Amino acid sequence: MIETRPPRTHPPVPPPSRRKRKLTDKIIQVVMIPLDWLEERSGLVGGTKYFLFRKVPRDTNWFHTLGSATLTAFLVQAGTGVILAFYYRPGPGEAYESIRHITDDVTLGWLVRGMHKWGASVFIILLFLHMARVFIFGAYKYPRELNWVVGFLLLVLGMLQGFTGYLLPWDQTAYWATVVGINLNGTGPVMGPFLAQFLRGGDEISGTTITIFYAMHMLLLPGAIAGLILLHLYLVVRLGVSSPPWSDEAAGRSRAPLPPRGEPGLVRPRARGRFAR
Amino acid sequence: MEPRPGDNEPHTPSPSIWPVGFAVGIACILAGLVVSRPAVIVGVLIAVLFGALWARDSMRSASTPPPEEAPPATPAAATADADALELEDGELATFPRNQFLELTTLGLGAVITGVVALPVVGFAVLPAFTGQEHKTVDLGTLDNYPQDEWREVKFRLDPKLGYVTRRTVFVRNNGEGDGGPSFTLISNRCVHLGCPVQASGPREDNQRKIVRQVQGAPLEMTPVLPANFSCPCHGGAYDTEGNRVAGPPVRALDRYKYSIIDGRLHLVEVYSVAEVEGEGKNAKIKAYGPQGPGEHVDGLEGWFYPIQPQDLEQ
Repeated sequence: MIETRPPRTHPPVPPPSRRKRKLTDKIIQVVMIPLDWLEERSGLVGGTKYFLFRKVPRDTNWFHTLGSATLTAFLVQAGTGVILAFYYRPGPGEAYESIRHITDDVTLGWLVRGMHKWGASVFIILLFLHMARVFIFGAYKYPRELNWVVGFLLLVLGMLQGFTGYLLPWDQTAYWATVVGINLNGTGPVMGPFLAQFLRGGDEISGTTITIFYAMHMLLLPGAIAGLILLHLYLVVRLGVSSPPWSDEAAGRSRAPLPPRGEPGLVRPRARGRFAR
Repeated sequence: MEPRPGDNEPHTPSPSIWPVGFAVGIACILAGLVVSRPAVIVGVLIAVLFGALWARDSMRSASTPPPEEAPPATPAAATADADALELEDGELATFPRNQFLELTTLGLGAVITGVVALPVVGFAVLPAFTGQEHKTVDLGTLDNYPQDEWREVKFRLDPKLGYVTRRTVFVRNNGEGDGGPSFTLISNRCVHLGCPVQASGPREDNQRKIVRQVQGAPLEMTPVLPANFSCPCHGGAYDTEGNRVAGPPVRALDRYKYSIIDGRLHLVEVYSVAEVEGEGKNAKIKAYGPQGPGEHVDGLEGWFYPIQPQDLEQ
């Protein structure tokens, strides 16, 4: 055999240092290798970092977290709802019994059903608080009008979720609330009777009504809400978070001096004398 | 790049009258879908005309530069001018292949989407409006209904579907009328928002009788002595002929047509009532086709409900 490799002319690379690397370094490496792999092929890590560490105005405050709180409430509803669907059976003969089974028999069923039931109210309340924050801060103004419209659609869909979900326990409260709700829709001029008949699935309330409401509550409305939430978040990231109306920066005034850097941490102490002129 | 004047202004289109006409056309289409086909065609024409004018206007305002901007003599602007010249030339105003391919792709996509979506949307909407059966319901033999007494009868609209179709009707035998026995059958569905109306007065639960229909489903008959009918939800109240006396209801209680077949009372179908004059077998009933709770049948408000879903069924 003929050695085709050219002889080495430079000294060999010294072996990596034998010093014992710290455990944290190893852990970081173990985490980073798959993340780097993912980033190289999808850019998802950079995108997530951009989303999480994007610039926001310096004077955002706790009221700006209401949107995230609403999103969290929706995720709780989605998660608990999927688990409830393991055991719930739509239909005039089985619905009430399956709800009783979930509440009384299934391990921790009472808890998950309770989370879903009370979480629904939390979701709606947070929707309204978030909307109030946007309204009072004037954050719906140019260029954010479209995001207000998307948020309004989310509010409507959230209320529809409440309406359709209320029937599913199929008890007397659920039944009569739905009768009244459908008939309220029926009083709308011209198209009202048609809307009511569509929601009923016929000219009388029947077993079809509950399966229609179940399908809307389970599939149609959550899908639409999820899609609109993505659009909502995209617009938030694209347009940025608005400053509160009392913001010095937004008003073009010189801003209060930064507080002295104290201990490094996630939260720095609030500036003193911030509103002093 | 230098900021141009107007960059900080919201990019809103200038006010225009065309969107109003476009909206009128769309409204005409929607109303025409319900009321009549020719109105749809008129609506389409209006919408297309005003939509085209609107599109022309907005495209024109988008393509014209702000007037105060003087054209700077830069190379970039020169090429832009050259582009504009070529377009104005007319020689290049042909129908290039890439445009053709673009349009056919979009058109084919639209066709495929339509072919798939139309049956699905139809299946989602139409079953609620078609094939609604109205069977007659057997309410038992006539001797269950003594003359001038009220019975609260709970029956099944469709015995096959079971308990979910349970409904309640108040039945009174008015005695012998002109053409046979006369009955008053008043639905218990409140015409405010559909809650169950109760017979206010003595109720003899210990005399409740359960008989079987011909169809096999149970009939619960309870003697009641109503001074009036009243609704627990929002306080609607009606007299014993179903006329509204208090509360939010918009008309009198609905009634059922009935027929007597082989000595048995049969409930035929529901109809709506504006008001009733007189009592019992002499009652004069202003009857209308069946309408939902909360919907006026007569007067000016009746014009809010020009057509009902069952009107479309032939």
